[in-house]
Parts: sequence; C-alpha cells; structure tokens
Amino acid sequence: MNTVVAGITYRALLGRRRIILLLLLPLALIGLAVLLRVIGSDDQRSAVLLMEKFAIGTMLPLLGLIAGTGVIAPEIDDGTIIHLLSKPISRPAITRTKFLVAASLLALFAAVPTYVAVWLLVGNEDGLAPGFALGALVAGIAYAAVFLLLGIVTRHAVTIGITYALVWESLVGGFVPGAQQFSIQRWALTVADQLSDSPFLTTRVTFGFAVPALVVVTVGAVLWAGHRLRGFALTGDE
Amino acid sequence: MKIELAQVSRWYGNVVAVNDVTMTIGPGVTGLLGPNGAGKSTLLHMMAGFLAPSGGTVTLDGQNVWKNHHIYRNIGLVPEREGVYGFLTGWQFVLSAAKLHGLPDPAQAAHKALATVEMEAPKDRRVETYSKGMRQRVKVAAALVHDPDVLLLDEPFNGMDPRQRMHLMDLIRAMGAAGKTILFSSHILEEVERVAQQIEVVVAGRHAASGNFREIRRLMTDRPHLFKIRSSDDRRLAAALLLDDSTGGVTLGPDGLEVQASELRRFARLLPRVARAEGVHLQQVSPADEDLESVFSYLITRST
Repeated sequence: MNTVVAGITYRALLGRRRIILLLLLPLALIGLAVLLRVIGSDDQRSAVLLMEKFAIGTMLPLLGLIAGTGVIAPEIDDGTIIHLLSKPISRPAITRTKFLVAASLLALFAAVPTYVAVWLLVGNEDGLAPGFALGALVAGIAYAAVFLLLGIVTRHAVTIGITYALVWESLVGGFVPGAQQFSIQRWALTVADQLSDSPFLTTRVTFGFAVPALVVVTVGAVLWAGHRLRGFALTGDE
Repeated sequence: MKIELAQVSRWYGNVVAVNDVTMTIGPGVTGLLGPNGAGKSTLLHMMAGFLAPSGGTVTLDGQNVWKNHHIYRNIGLVPEREGVYGFLTGWQFVLSAAKLHGLPDPAQAAHKALATVEMEAPKDRRVETYSKGMRQRVKVAAALVHDPDVLLLDEPFNGMDPRQRMHLMDLIRAMGAAGKTILFSSHILEEVERVAQQIEVVVAGRHAASGNFREIRRLMTDRPHLFKIRSSDDRRLAAALLLDDSTGGVTLGPDGLEVQASELRRFARLLPRVARAEGVHLQQVSPADEDLESVFSYLITRST
C-alpha cells in the first residue's frame, strides 16, 4: 500500500461531484427501505427481495464498476497515470493500492448502507443484516478486483462491465442454472445465507464453492491487473 | 549515464513507426529532430520504458529499460500529453513526485524543483487553473525533483511563450553542462540548434542523420535547392545558367523558371553575375523547397 498513490486515487474518486455518483445508489437503497417501512412491508420477505434485486443485484455491481474502473481507467485515459508509473515503484504495488482504495470505497458505500437498509426493515432478526452486509462486502471486494482489471485491460471497461453485471449475472443467471455457479452476486447471497437463519433466503451455490471462488477471482484479478500494468504501453499520437 | 538503442524497431500492425534505429545518447544535450509523425515520440517512449521495442534493445547503462521500474531512480520524464492531475495544486503535484521517489526530504526537494522552473509563486493554485506553459513547467519540476541523471522531454517547448521557452532552454543547457544526459524531441530545427550539442534526425521512422548542429546545418544547405525565378527574359537567363555546373536543371514554364541548384553557394554567386552579363532583370528569386519537410525528405533519400 503506497499512501501517496492511495491519497491521489481517493481525491480523484471522491473529489467534487464524483462522490455524488457513489452516494446516489446507497441513498436510494436506504430510501427504499424507509419507504417499505412506512407502508408497513417491513418484513423478512421484503428485506430479502430488496437485497437480492436491488442491493446485491443492482447497486453492488454498479458501485463496483464505478469504484473499480474509477480508480485507474480515467487516469489511463487522460495520461495522468504516467505520473505514478514513471516512479521507482513496482507496478503490481500500484495496482494493489488501487485495489485497496476501490475495496474500501465499496465497504463504505455498499456494505454499510446494506446493513443499514436491512436493519431498518427487520432489525437484527435471524442475522439478516450482518449476513447481507458481509455478502455485500466480499462481493464488493471481488467486483473491485474484477473491474480494476477490466479498467486496465480495455478502454471499454464500463460497457463491458455493465454488460457483464446486468446481462450475465441478472439475465443469463436467471435462466441458465449453470451460469449461477459463476456469478459474484450468487456467491454474495451464499455468504449472506451462511450468517442468516432466515427461511426467505435460499441459495443455489454451496458455501464450499462460493468462498474459494471469491478468493480465486479476487486474488487472480489483482495479480493479473498488476501483470498487465507492468506491460503498460503508451501509444503515441503518431 | 548512457541510453543505448541497438537495432530498435517498433511496428503497430503493418505500420512501421521506428525502423532499425541504432544510437547512443550520452551526457550533454541531445535533440531528437524530425517532422511530425516521424517516430520521435515512439522512440522516446521506448527509451522511457513506456513501450516495448518490437525488435532490438533499449538499455540504460546496460540495464534493460522495458518492465524495469528501477530505471526511474535515474530517469526524469516529461511527457508531451498533459498528464497532470488538475485537482492537485502545483505544490501537491511536485511533492507527490518527491514522495513517490521516496526522497529523504520531499518538501525541500519539491521547493527546490519548483524554484528551478520559477513556479514558486503560483504553486498553491490548482493545476487546472494553469496556462499550458505553466503546466509544462510543473511537469518539468516533477521530473527534476529527484535530481535524475537522465532527463527525457517530449516536445517540451510546445505551448510555451518565448520567455518561458528561453528559460527552459537555459535550464536544459545548464543541466547538460553539468553532465546530465538530456534528450528532447522537437520538429523545429532552430529550437534544437539553440540547445542541443548533438542532433539526431529521425525521418519516417529511420535514423536519417546524426551530428552537431554545424554538421546538420551543412547537410541541409549542401543539398540541391530548387528556386523559382522570374525575370525580364526567362529563356535567355535559362540558357546562360545552364552553362555552369552549379545548375542542375532548368524548367521553363509560363510562371517563370524553376532552377535546380546543385551547389547552393556557387549558384548564389552565379545568378546575379549571369543576369548582369546577359542584361536580364531579375524580378523574383524564391526558394521553392525551404520548408523542413523537403529538407527531411532529402535526408531520407540520401540515407537510403
């Protein structure tokens, strides 16, 4: 972890209006939870539905995309990354720092609001709140790694990321049972289920598969991202 | 320190950007001269470890440059693109460079570097409020903060006003005189001439010429020159000029003569003498190919 790299990255991501982008979805989540509570639907069934469809199914991948690509892709686009890369710091170390920044942002802007939203609906019943918060945290970390890698590998990271998150995970995952095995969101739900006894939460991926899968994807993506940044080439205007 | 390029080539798909270039950049100031699109930036990026050569090797004192972040202890790079975080102040930007280098006293180093480029006064303004010349100087300060032995600058004078340009030229000359290895690229001969002791000319991806500025000047003046001439009697003048060896060829057209002078100095003396002897009035004598592009294209045909 390089504190100078981390400091610049935090400022680039949170500076001025960009923080609004990160705040919108969690605020919407908490707003929905409050709304459900007001209309009297503050039960476990609604809580699980809100988490599956919105918190884990929509907010988490989108925030993962904003934070994961946001820590590096804009700098590659405008060339400012050269400031960091032309220093005697190993590129994998720069990548790890960027990853930690993205992961910390997801903990703050995804996992914490998730906890708050569930707690607003059902309090501490059946461990749903800590379960979903932990699920959102580990899945957020995995998304941070995957989207960081994507931000280094391609200039179309956002398009590809949205396609992956919304088409693969939500659509294909909904129809093709096999695809659910390879879905970060499903792994998140499995982790949530492990901590919760709620009868409304059912999972299709075993805990024994989800945890190693999360670790492999996260570690693999960070290592590969470092490797790719080592071979980062400037293409001139010529 | 020495940067050595050995048979370096770089291609993008079918396009060859740099073609079999071998050169050594030693202490002092070297100018990398060539027209736009000649491959200067590609060469510079390869020297700075930001591009892998497709063939050949680039080394810094024998160490491979590509995928070697240790070289940046000795290299300062001023890229052509902006590459400055607009939300940082000039001070924060240069200080961050000092910290990233792990210098023992980053604040002192940053102060010194900002003073070197005369950017102390506006140092607390955000970079996005700077003019292009100021950004350029802040980039130079960040590249100098660790007092590197090698400084690479990509088109450093672009966008600078004359005073800033003079100042940066003085700075580069002083660093060169202090024994640093400095390489900068430019497409303007006069710029390179004023700063560099050594000039490497690159044209169409090839190393077309190498030498000090006198040698490069001579190469450029000794080439055949093309003149457009209008006179009171074009045909008579053409016939008289052709009698001398310094005239390579003459084309007679409706707009006057086009004369190919194979030896510039001799032709320059010949023309007025012949005109006077023949009683022809010269109305217009203008060089037809004085632009740098034609000088470069001459160099490239000569080197093949």
